[in-house]
Parts: sequence; C-alpha cells; structure tokens
Amino acid sequence: MIGAGREGGPGVMPLIDMRGVDKVYRMDGVEVHALRGISLTVEPGEFVAIMGPSGSGKSTCMNILGCLDRPTGGTYTLEGTDVTTLDDVSLARIRNRRMGFVFQSYNLLPRTPAIENVELPMIYAGIHDRRSQAKAALESVGLEGRMWHLPTQLSGGEQQRVAIARALVMSPSIVLADEPTGNLDTATASEIMALLDRMSRRGITVVLVTHEADIAARARRHVLFRDGRIVHDAPVGP
Amino acid sequence: MNLGVSFRIALRAMAANPLRSLLTALGVIIGVGAVIAMVAIGQGARAAVTERVQSLGTNLLSVFAGAAQTGRIARIDQVRTLTLEDAEAIRAEVPGVTGVSAEFSRQAQVVYLGENVYTQVSGVTPEFQSVRNFKAATGDFITDADIRSRAKVALVGKTVAGKLFPEGDPIGQRIKIRGITFTVVGVMEEKGSAGFSDRDDVVFVPLSTAQRRLFGVQHVRAIHVQIGSSEEMAAAQEALREVLRRRHRLSPTQDDDFTIRNQADVLQAFTSVSQTMTVLLGGIAAVSLIVGGIGIMNIMLVSVTERTREIGIRKAVGARRRDILLQFLVESVSLSVTGGVIGVGLGIVGSRLISRFAGWTTVLSAQAILMAFVFAVAVGVFFGLYPAQRAARLDPIVALRHE
Repeated sequence: MIGAGREGGPGVMPLIDMRGVDKVYRMDGVEVHALRGISLTVEPGEFVAIMGPSGSGKSTCMNILGCLDRPTGGTYTLEGTDVTTLDDVSLARIRNRRMGFVFQSYNLLPRTPAIENVELPMIYAGIHDRRSQAKAALESVGLEGRMWHLPTQLSGGEQQRVAIARALVMSPSIVLADEPTGNLDTATASEIMALLDRMSRRGITVVLVTHEADIAARARRHVLFRDGRIVHDAPVGP
Repeated sequence: MNLGVSFRIALRAMAANPLRSLLTALGVIIGVGAVIAMVAIGQGARAAVTERVQSLGTNLLSVFAGAAQTGRIARIDQVRTLTLEDAEAIRAEVPGVTGVSAEFSRQAQVVYLGENVYTQVSGVTPEFQSVRNFKAATGDFITDADIRSRAKVALVGKTVAGKLFPEGDPIGQRIKIRGITFTVVGVMEEKGSAGFSDRDDVVFVPLSTAQRRLFGVQHVRAIHVQIGSSEEMAAAQEALREVLRRRHRLSPTQDDDFTIRNQADVLQAFTSVSQTMTVLLGGIAAVSLIVGGIGIMNIMLVSVTERTREIGIRKAVGARRRDILLQFLVESVSLSVTGGVIGVGLGIVGSRLISRFAGWTTVLSAQAILMAFVFAVAVGVFFGLYPAQRAARLDPIVALRHE
C-alpha cells in the first residue's frame, strides 16, 4: 500500500496509524478506562516492543492492533484502511490475510498435527493446496522433522515455533507477539527472539509485548505504557 | 471453509471422545431404530389382518340371524326367521349377486374310535367353497346330490383331522357326530386362525343333513352373499336388507331381526385400527428421537464450552462466524447421521428379530426408513443450531483467554 506520506518517510504511508484511541470497558456497571487516547504509528518493517506493568493497557492495545477488538473512540488506520468501521467479516479477513499472532501459551489446536495447525489460516482463506506452503513455513522455523507431531509431543520451544510458522504462512504484513517467550527458558527464548528478529529484517512488522527487559532489548523501538497512556516511545540501539 | 474440511474436523472431535460420541448418538440410534421397528410392526399387523380378512372372501356380505346389539349378535339361537328360502330369494332378487351360501353351525361332539373332539359342525351348501374361499384339499366337497339325499358325509378341517387321525388317511373313515355315523369324504385346506378362533377346527356336513338329521331345525344361522364387484356392495347391501325385511314381514317400526356384515367394512375397520396403531407407535418412537436430539444439544453445549479456546484460536487466524457455525453444525449433524445410520441397521435387524422370535409379521417400508433418517438429520440441525450459534458468537478475546 504505497500512498502519499503523512508523518512517515516521504512517499511511505505508516502501516499502523492509531490516533486518540480510547477503550472503555463496562464491568458490573463500572467504567474501566483501559486506553486513554493513545496515538501510535508504526512503519513497515519496524520491530517494536511494547512494555508496561499489568493493567497498563498494553494487552488491550494489542487486541485492537490485531483487529480482535474495536476501540471505543479514536481511529485506527491499517495500511490506509480505517478498520474502526469495518464489520466482523472484514475484520476476520484482515486477521486472516494481514496479521500473524504468536501467543504466550502457543495456542495450538490440541490433537492436531503441527502441519495442520500451520494450515489452519489457509483453510479460512479458502486455499485448497495448503500442504506445500505449510511445509515451507515449518521448514523456515526448523521443524521439517516434526511435521506430524501433535502439540503434546513437542517441547514448548517447538510449539512456539509451530505457532510462528502458522503466523507466517499467509505472508502477513504484521506479526503480533504477546509475551511469546513468557513460558520458555532463556536459551529457547533466545531462539524464538532470533526468529522474530529475522522476520523483521525480511520486512515484516513485528510488534512484541513483553515485560522482560532483555527480551525487549532485541527490538529496535520501545513503547512504554502506564495507566492506559503511552509514557515513553523511542528507538533503541545504534 | 469447505464442507470436507468441516467433516474432517467433526470426525476428529468425535474420535477424541469415542465413548461420549457413542452415548450421545445412542439417543438417535434408539429413536431411529424404534421408529423403524414400530412402523414395521404396525404395518405388518395391517398386512396380516388384510390378508386374513381377504382370505375370508372379498366382496362378501354376511347375514347373521338376530339383531346386532352393542356389537354382538343377540339371542342367536332363538331367532329362527332366517331360512334357506331367504337365501334363494336373495340370489333371485338382489342385483350383482354371484354366489350365495347358507350355513347352520353348532358345537357338537365328534367321535372316531376312541378319540373324540368337541368342535364346530357346519352344515353348508356346495357353493360354500367359492363364496367363503375355503376349499377341500383332498377328496370331494359336498355336492348337490349330498344335499338332496341328506347324505351322511363329512369333511374335516386340518385341526380336527390332526386330532382324530394323527396318522393315516381320514378319507373313507367313519366318524360319529351326535351319535350318527358319517363317512369322511375329504379334508379341508389349512386356513389358519382368525383372531382367537381356529378356522381349521371344524367339520363340514351337507346343510340339509345338519338341519334335519343332526340338529332338527328349519332355519339357518348365516347366509354369505358374494357380490360381483366392490362398487355394487352398497346397493346390494341395501337391496338385501329390503328383501329380508319384506320376507320377514317386518313393519317399518320394527328393528331388523338379522345383521348384515360387510367384509369391506370389516377390512376398513381393521385397517384404520392398525393405521392408528402405526401412527401411535411411530409417534412414541419419534418422541425418543427428540429426546436423542436434546442429548446432542446437551453434549454440543458442553463441547462448545470445552473448546472455547479452540474457537478463539480459529477466530484469531481468520475464521468468520459462519465458519464456526458451520463447523459445529456439521459436528452435531455428523453425530445424528452416525446415529441415524446405526439406528436404521438396528431397526431392520430389530424387526427381523421380532418377526422371528415373536412370530409377528413385520413389514419394513423404505418410506419409514427414509423418514426416520431424514428426521434424525433434521434433529441434528435443529438441536445443533443453538450450540453452534453460541460458539459462533463468542468474543475471540474472551475465548482466547478461556482456560
């Protein structure tokens, strides 16, 4: 999606453009302000780490970024499309084609072999010839020997790599990773981070939620949430 | 998402919990099986009754001496107004008559050597064979000459033959009826039982012999009238009634001193009774099918709750509501179809077993099988819809967080 630049580099439209986004939940009649007018722009190929304490609004922000939830105020423009006004079917389509999700608890389908887990998004995209693409995705995360293993037969790191292959198989523009290393030991976490890093170098935007500083250090931009607001947003590293 | 994928997912979900799937389908299995077996029993009863009534002779009007009172014929022995002359008048005056058979029957002691049986002795005319569709299997039936000479000849029914002549040929043997010696000239064909009465437990003698020699009466007990076609039945019945009322000199205020029974009416009554029975049995069975559907709904609701997280994952990677709806609907229909297929098998085997061991006639109808199966599928759709909708409406964020 190339169009007239606004705030990003000349000639490049930001991939993610959130402006004044609010999210208010109603729980037992009490209003909870999860997000208070946040604005965030992310350019294609960025590797962003979102940090903040529990309840700071970072998960809510991720849900809205991932089109799993709608903001109650403000606008969210994704690749030039205002997604705040889209219906459920269109949002499902965006999640299917443009987004990849990596969760802390892997979220693989139980009793389903790795290869079929990777094929899952393609089923909903209506792709009939799924096997070769799914195989390629598993190979790219180094699991070509584990294709027919069930999630219960895989280690945590392997399960997370299956999840990454699933996130990549539709060639998305954004991968959203919510505490992807939260359940893993340091060495395995490092492997997973290397995979995410490789992805971003290939031009896929990676947005990572974490509260571990050493994990966040692998990203090239840090966004810090507190009480539903962004309190710090700066590039890191050289 | 195509149906093939949905079916694979459904089969995997069913295979993950084989016992639970079987128990869930069991309601439908029993329901479908019961519908098929019950309808088979009902239709079998109808076929058996129809066959028996038709074997008595079709297009038949039977006139019995005495008026019908609340279903039974009253004071039958006292009514002596029905005579052989009435039978001849009916033959001459009623349109459409193709055969008339008068009969006088009474229970009597029949003795052969040391054996004796108490059975029905029927005095009949030669026409009895064609009118009642009941023929001699061996030997000759009663002839006009026998009637004229009041011959002391008899034909025995299969049951009587079996009792009096366990081995050996009855023909030519001498039996005693009420002390009078008769020569057995034939054995009747086997008729089987009609309701509770054994129609082979009978001895036939010439009508004139029965009236004069055996029982000393002038009248007859019944006149059976064969009508050419079923279209003429109603008119013939009315004409017959008029002939008899006139001959019996009944004034318009007097009731009939006879009863006319129409075989077609009897057949229709039996048919409608068995029809009602079939509907009733089928209906009760259908209720169990609905109970089976509720079982499916129950398990599907459990399944949706158990698989909330899976639903969340599917939604996150791009499943639309209709994809989830379809998946769970296919699952409940798979359960009910599996149950339906097994149920059809069970129903067929069940009705075979019933006819083998209970001796009831059962008639399997393709229509009932198809209907039970389609109903089972419909039950799957109907009772699967609510759980599937519940799954489809789940909020993906809530679903993903579900433990």
